[in-house]
Amino acid sequence: MSGTPFPAISGIVLRYLYLYTRNGLRAFELFFWPLNTLLVWGFLTRYLTQAGEGGASLPVTFLLGGVLLWDVQFRASQGVSVSFLEDVWTRNLLNVFVAPVRTWELVAGFCTVGLLRVIITVPILSLMAFLAFRFNIFDFNLWLIPFFGNLLIFGWAMGMMANAMVLRWGQAAEGLSWALPFLLQPFTAVYYTVETLPGFLQPVSLALPSTHVFEAMRHAMAGDVRIGQGLFLAFGLNLAWLTGAGLVMNRVLAIARDKGLLTKVATQ
Amino acid sequence: MLPPVLTVRDLVKDFGDFRAVDGISFELGQGEILGLLGPNGAGKTTMMNMLLGLVSATTGSIRIFGKSLEKDRIEILRRMNFSSAYTSLPGNLLVRQNLTVFALLYGLKDCRRRVRETMERFGVTELAERTTGHLSAGEATRVNLCKAFLNRPELLLLDEPTASLDPDVVDKVRTLIRETQRESGTSIIYTSHNMQDIEFVCDRVIFMHRGRLIRMGTPAEVKASFASASLEDVFIQIARGGDLEVAGVQ
Ligand SMILES: Nc1ncnc2c1ncn2[C@@H]1O[C@H](COP(=O)(O)OP(=O)(O)OP(=O)(O)O)[C@@H](O)[C@H]1O
Ligand SMILES: [Mg+2]
Repeated sequence: MSGTPFPAISGIVLRYLYLYTRNGLRAFELFFWPLNTLLVWGFLTRYLTQAGEGGASLPVTFLLGGVLLWDVQFRASQGVSVSFLEDVWTRNLLNVFVAPVRTWELVAGFCTVGLLRVIITVPILSLMAFLAFRFNIFDFNLWLIPFFGNLLIFGWAMGMMANAMVLRWGQAAEGLSWALPFLLQPFTAVYYTVETLPGFLQPVSLALPSTHVFEAMRHAMAGDVRIGQGLFLAFGLNLAWLTGAGLVMNRVLAIARDKGLLTKVATQ
Repeated sequence: MLPPVLTVRDLVKDFGDFRAVDGISFELGQGEILGLLGPNGAGKTTMMNMLLGLVSATTGSIRIFGKSLEKDRIEILRRMNFSSAYTSLPGNLLVRQNLTVFALLYGLKDCRRRVRETMERFGVTELAERTTGHLSAGEATRVNLCKAFLNRPELLLLDEPTASLDPDVVDKVRTLIRETQRESGTSIIYTSHNMQDIEFVCDRVIFMHRGRLIRMGTPAEVKASFASASLEDVFIQIARGGDLEVAGVQ
């Protein structure tokens, strides 16, 4: 193991590999929720299709695309926030913070964990969606790359915000940290178009990179060509969100050092 | 004389209106073991956390290995380590896994060998494949010390490393610390509420009370200056004494 490139990042990632390979229940948890969601929405899709005119109408299969893509964002965000919470729960946070690990290395390690979660769950979900509901994610062709990339980045940014919240407000914020992606879900047009939202909420929705990805997904499924523009916008917004999350994280770390929050959150 | 490993100047920490550390200055020599003593709330842990960069100083300066902690934190942390009774390694991993992770976090070369050698040194080789969370307090302390010596630190901070251990284990742990220190020449700052611990392990002690440095010297010097037979006596005098701050400050 001598001369590992990026040893600190490898160390953070290795820890989660150990954790997930040691504990079958954790590995199970990784699949349980997304599979659950897929089944509920899949059967709903089938029901709605049968109740309607018959023959899969487009708006209904949108739901399945929404489930799959939403999971990318959710896993990425959760990978980042749970990695951090794991250190809080196991009273290991101080050990990590007094190790010679730079903040960007810590964040990069957490983001890699998020990426791994996506790499593991999404193919399985996609396969299930195909087998159970004949939904083929590869119909998106190469668009899949910007879809996934954008959602991954936004998930990371949210995970970082969630961690900043826990550091700033302690245990009280842990529940919120878990729920953060779901707090945004109603506004980011996962299962319906932006126009469905009341007028005053639409600007909020359009400020989220994920909204543009879900819109682009529906365009792609409808055979519409206006896909690239939205994805470009999503990428720009993502850079802004990621920068914002980085600044928030840095600011919160400074506050935490001033108020002694690192030790509080670590030993409470 | 070798340059000091650590130089602390006029260190102050305010948490809002409350002053937890109040104008502390001292130096730590190479290979020296310094005990940080004082009643609950004296500011010992806050002091340590500042030396680790976990808590920022309100005013004053900390130089470690001749470098500014504020500017070169990562570089300094590479040559330092820390263990406390109030932190633990992730309980859900094996001992060997935890130590391997930290060997990577410290950027050590040949992680496996270093982990193996350090485990041998601390007599925990047979715990390697045990779940960290299932260890007894004494075993966990030895594993924590393993982590703390993994990068062969030049400066080691130990915050109550023997808290919640039985007297037999306390004796073993402090002997282990003393021996390892003799071999490695590590400089150590050590807090404990166990005065025997302190007398056995430390070359020099600092007594703190309400954030201030009350007395500094070898255990013998400190005892003599309070006309006390034991550090325990000194401790009680300091903890209960109202006007000590006037009488006691050097
Ligand atoms: N993050 C914080 N915010 C506010 N006050 C704090 C914080 N950390 C410590 N304090 C206060 O600073 C004082 C010193 O605390 P510290 O933990 O340094 O004491 P200590 O000497 O380590 O005590 P003990 O022997 O009980 O471990 C205490 O009064 C404590 O309440
Ligand atoms: Mg303390």
